[in-house]
Amino acid sequence: MFEPTPQVDLSSGKYLKLWQGPQHPGITGNMALELTTMGDEIVDCKTHVGYLHRGFEKLMERRTFIQNFPIVCRIAVPEPTFNEYLYAAVVEELTGIESPERAEWIRTLNLELMRLASYLMWLGGIGAAFGQGTVYQWTVTHRDYILDLFEEMTGARVYHMYIVPGGVRGRLPEGFEERCNDVLNRVEKLLFDVEKVLFNNFVFKKRTKGLGVIAPEMVDQYGITGPNQRAAGFVRDLRRDAPYLVYDQLEFDVITATESDAYARSWVRYQEMHQGIRMLRQCLERTPREGPFQARMPNVLHWEVPAGETYVKAECTRGEYGYYMVTDGSEYVRRVHVRGPSYTHAIALMEKLAVGTNIADTAGLMVSLHTYPPEIER
Amino acid sequence: MSTATDLLERFGTNYRISEVNEQKADLTFFKVPKDQAVRLLRELRDDAGYTHLAFLTNIDYIERGIFTLNYMLHNYDTRHTLGMHVDLDRDNAEMESIHNMWAQAATYQRELREMYGIRFPGSPRLDDDFCLEGWDQIPPMRKEFDTAAFSLARFYSRDGRGTEDPREHMKQQLYPTHTDDAPEGGN
Repeated sequence: MFEPTPQVDLSSGKYLKLWQGPQHPGITGNMALELTTMGDEIVDCKTHVGYLHRGFEKLMERRTFIQNFPIVCRIAVPEPTFNEYLYAAVVEELTGIESPERAEWIRTLNLELMRLASYLMWLGGIGAAFGQGTVYQWTVTHRDYILDLFEEMTGARVYHMYIVPGGVRGRLPEGFEERCNDVLNRVEKLLFDVEKVLFNNFVFKKRTKGLGVIAPEMVDQYGITGPNQRAAGFVRDLRRDAPYLVYDQLEFDVITATESDAYARSWVRYQEMHQGIRMLRQCLERTPREGPFQARMPNVLHWEVPAGETYVKAECTRGEYGYYMVTDGSEYVRRVHVRGPSYTHAIALMEKLAVGTNIADTAGLMVSLHTYPPEIER
Repeated sequence: MSTATDLLERFGTNYRISEVNEQKADLTFFKVPKDQAVRLLRELRDDAGYTHLAFLTNIDYIERGIFTLNYMLHNYDTRHTLGMHVDLDRDNAEMESIHNMWAQAATYQRELREMYGIRFPGSPRLDDDFCLEGWDQIPPMRKEFDTAAFSLARFYSRDGRGTEDPREHMKQQLYPTHTDDAPEGGN
């Protein structure tokens, strides 16, 4: 629950005000931590955001529905596909459009591939935060192999703009399955190497075990979702609890842990990468090779979406990602709210967990919560 | 009749619940008056299992002179989500704070103060800047705030690149002295 800021007398000479960021080592994007320290122990932490504020939600109110679709992917830089999917899904629900089965499989493949790429970047980040720069180089290289696949599939490496309302923009390229399987094999091999050098590393264990423990009762009080929640022992995953796309047809395990510290969170994510590879192999095998990949659409240049409101959510790498949309029957959206898990993980939760840790562990603690500032500022 | 409708009917004996909209099997919206909202939120959290506050946001209905707050609550056991709407007077927007119920609510309320000008008395660090630093205009997410007009007034415009007719441009590039007219004195 909310705890008041401790009153510290900076003139006493006991405390030091220290700013980490906005180029913070622990996050993907720009965000600052205002730390009050006593020695190297943190006694107070305040998160400052706004360095990436581009006003997406406001921009979307002044653009037509189809003009919005290239904007949304920019809300979470390392993981744009979830924005594409959720925007498409929320518009489809309000308009009653159903995307074809083939598109649903390709979308799932796309999302899981994105999850794997995002986790690879995160895995490098947690390694680098605890002095294992080599792991970062390995994982970012393998993320690039996945970006190659995205380039082949969508024409773009980062902002794909591939999942559109009504389906996807194209079919999978010829021979994509073999090339994707090859990359998955390489990533799987890499993961076993990372397990040896990172998760069995004495220094990594020593520094992450017991760091930033999230008590189970904090989970709902702070709105914690995703791996941060599962590491605290909660068996909750939207892919299983509220299946969307074709997740109800895929076999996967919901990974949990009980220790709820930085090591447990890292281990949960590491295991989820293996589950992701398992799901991707099923997608590659079962994605229909025939059939439409785009539903019949109205003239999107003059698209009036019926009045209504809804909320659609999906399980991204960090937890519950959602789009809440209100329409009034015009060509423009009345309101869009983007719910990103970093909103609470990086602010309320980080401000709580940082207290009592030390300066050197702040970056690692932040990475262990896995936050992306752009989705906070929208 | 769904469980959510049953639930809202049960609460309807003590609260003035209206505009119930079952959007889909696992999502229901409803409206409640401002003076009963926080009490109902507490009851939904403590007695009905809606323990997860997914987000708190606001919709601006400028033509009706109201703001509509939306508290999105989720019940992990029944896997059902409730969207609770609360109307506020747009010219005097103030709402009771829920920072003591969910820790992240303080951040949402701080953002709503900055972006819409809604006050939540008692909410921690409410007047601290959230995304905007040194903002001296009306709250930017209000519908009357015109982003294009603001940009034109605040920032100077830069001359764009000149446009050329490609055919003429290439002609000048390749044959700088060439003209379509016959040279003087020629045949």
